[in-house]
Amino acid sequence: MFQGSKIVIKDFNFYYDSVQALRNINLGIQTNQIFTVFGPARSGKTTLLKSLNRLTDLIFGSSHTGAIFLDGTDIYDSKVDLTHLRRRIGIVFDLPTPLPMSIFDNVAFGPKLNKINQRKNLAEMVEKALRSAVLWEEVKDRLHTSALRLSGGQQQRLCIARILALEPEVLLLDEPCSGLDPISTASIEETLIQLKKDYTIILVPHNIQQASRVADRSGFFLNGELVEEGSVVQIFTKPRDKRTEDYVTGKFG
Amino acid sequence: MQVKEKIIEKIFLLIALSSIFILGLITFFIFEEGLPLILKIGPKAFLLGERWIPSKGLFGIFPMIVSSFWVTFGALLLGIPLGLACTIFLSELIPPSIGILLRPAIQLLAAIPSVIYGFWGLIVLVPLIQNYLGGPGLSIFAGSLVLGFMILPTIITISEDSLKALPPSYKAGALALGATHWQTIWRVLIPAAKSGIVTSIILGMGRAIGETMAMIMILGNAVKMPSSFLDSARTLTTNIGIEMGYASGDHRQALFATGIVLFFIIMALNILAIFLSRRRVD
Amino acid sequence: MVNRTRYFTQGIAKFFIWTAALSTIAVMILILIQILKEGLPALHLRFFLDSPKNMGREGGIFSTIIGTVALTGVAILFGTPLGVGTAIFLREYTRESKISRIIRFGTDCLAGVPSIIFGLFGFVFFVIWLNMGWSILSGGLTLAAMILPTIISTAEESIRAIPHPYREVSYSLGGTKWQTVTRVVLPSALPGIFTGILLSVGRSIGETAAVILTAGSSLVMPTSLFSPIRTMAVHFYILAREGISMEMAYGTGAALILLVLIINMIAQWLINRYIRHRA
Repeated sequence: MFQGSKIVIKDFNFYYDSVQALRNINLGIQTNQIFTVFGPARSGKTTLLKSLNRLTDLIFGSSHTGAIFLDGTDIYDSKVDLTHLRRRIGIVFDLPTPLPMSIFDNVAFGPKLNKINQRKNLAEMVEKALRSAVLWEEVKDRLHTSALRLSGGQQQRLCIARILALEPEVLLLDEPCSGLDPISTASIEETLIQLKKDYTIILVPHNIQQASRVADRSGFFLNGELVEEGSVVQIFTKPRDKRTEDYVTGKFG
Repeated sequence: MQVKEKIIEKIFLLIALSSIFILGLITFFIFEEGLPLILKIGPKAFLLGERWIPSKGLFGIFPMIVSSFWVTFGALLLGIPLGLACTIFLSELIPPSIGILLRPAIQLLAAIPSVIYGFWGLIVLVPLIQNYLGGPGLSIFAGSLVLGFMILPTIITISEDSLKALPPSYKAGALALGATHWQTIWRVLIPAAKSGIVTSIILGMGRAIGETMAMIMILGNAVKMPSSFLDSARTLTTNIGIEMGYASGDHRQALFATGIVLFFIIMALNILAIFLSRRRVD
Repeated sequence: MVNRTRYFTQGIAKFFIWTAALSTIAVMILILIQILKEGLPALHLRFFLDSPKNMGREGGIFSTIIGTVALTGVAILFGTPLGVGTAIFLREYTRESKISRIIRFGTDCLAGVPSIIFGLFGFVFFVIWLNMGWSILSGGLTLAAMILPTIISTAEESIRAIPHPYREVSYSLGGTKWQTVTRVVLPSALPGIFTGILLSVGRSIGETAAVILTAGSSLVMPTSLFSPIRTMAVHFYILAREGISMEMAYGTGAALILLVLIINMIAQWLINRYIRHRA
């Protein structure tokens, strides 16, 4: 069913200690697509995202059953190199988190972790990443000033540039536009649509409108369960499940 | 990569165990040097013996135990009321802006080396006591006075922390019920912060019993049972501090044995304080 | 009628407390002023640059300054890695567990051990058993053990204050725990750690009981880490107790007070700046 997908999630259950956060998720995500994961708060969306690059490993007492395949290999396989995995799948959080260093050092942080230390190489990588994140023009003259001085929207694009510097394959974005003004939000959505050409993107949108604006396909999550998924057109105009329909039409949320 | 990380983690674990390790070393060596002597002359002769004459092989530390007790008692007699008063003063009676100035000042006072306090006691207090109260001046009274001041920062900072940690509703509630400021302080806030205040007193006590240099300078050197506050005396700490420089053989072991007794007392006090403060947090 | 009694009581109580607090402050200031007043005149350049002559009756305190610096240096050299490493372990490599509780208990107990006991320990362990003799090394290592709890708690506080998202960012970019600690956690925690070091320096300078028993009291300029030395605090103590020279004693005492006060004030200022910066 999911042949040729970039990511396949199969019978995936996730637990925080004894609390179950994800129930029997089965989902395939295609390459070079934007897939949005939407639903009310506390329905497991962030947990799902963090499971995809195993950031959930950091949480003591968490456990899972099932598998998540990236290009056919289970990411939870014991032979998988965690650091390598996290470079292939990058994540941006809802609150912009620039590290307390210069813009340049922020973007170069990932490559430096990867032992790329040549001045020239780093400079090239930083510029390329900042251009892809549509931030280069705004900061090219102040690369060595503190990243904390950027505006919210700029900081968030910095976070995107940060993961792009590692040339990942998949981008995970968890409500990247929350707290941002409409103009910044629009620029980030623009950026994502541009990035789709080269990356596979999974996005938790800030609201339903954003979900339908940028995505190719969407999945509705409720209480840890994937209620249904499909193309954006289908989900938002002709949902198959009543719960999806109720949420999309605003009957609850 | 994974292996390297595991090794690093183990190294950090070893480093983290260093404080336990050092504590163990200290305990081991103090006992290793002092226990033989206690066993040799018998615990009763050691702890209850009233005569300390190393040249004759007499190692009774009872007078030191009693003196330690008296000096500490006197220090607490001064330190607790003064400490409480200053705590109340700091947290309730002055505007916050002055408090911001005073609190660091207290920390600074805590940092003053004990030898400075001892020196001042020697130069100022001792002659005063000698002239106005009689006796040699070098006395338990002088020691208690200086020690009382030295433990003030400990009592004040910890007590103030417990007062600050109280829910503001306590004070607001009491005042709303018509209590005066003082009644609120004395009947509501202080009792509520009781365990923190008691902890601070216990820690102050531990500090007092363990103080050496200042006591050497102002207690005098009398190795006999004190009969009044104006007598010179020797505490457990000064016993060690004064004679360690030239003791050898059994004498030296006896000083380590004194250290064992001191160690026990202070560890007991500290563990008590740790438990009390852990209970508070929970 | 009841009303009046309550306010009367309050008045009396507050009066007593004001008196007590102000007298305490007054006495403390008096102590400092007394020593500074008598001692400041002695603090001319020669005082700091000359070594003590004639058992300390004349000359200056230079060799004791060197001794103090050397001793403190060794203490910080050994105490800082151990302390910071412990803090890193407690904060980054475990969460609350049996092991961390034991370590904290050990650290709390160590903090309560009186200096004379450290002196006894340092004497039998470093001076005798390890055969280092009365030396800078023996004294410095003993002091390192004494300052360990302070460094651990300040380092822990600073590490704890670092926002968790910073670590998440590093991990999500593929950083290992070691890389996260060295590239994100430690650099941000540095100001706080430095403050802890400063406080420990202040404490080491004033420490006497443990130092006399482990570093000796030689007035001769040290030639190696194995030389015995006299620190300023020990010098002050000996001058005062043996009644060698009141003038020298006052001078040394004043220098000691000023040094400790300045160091602690810098540390306080750093704490303020650091806390405000974080908030």
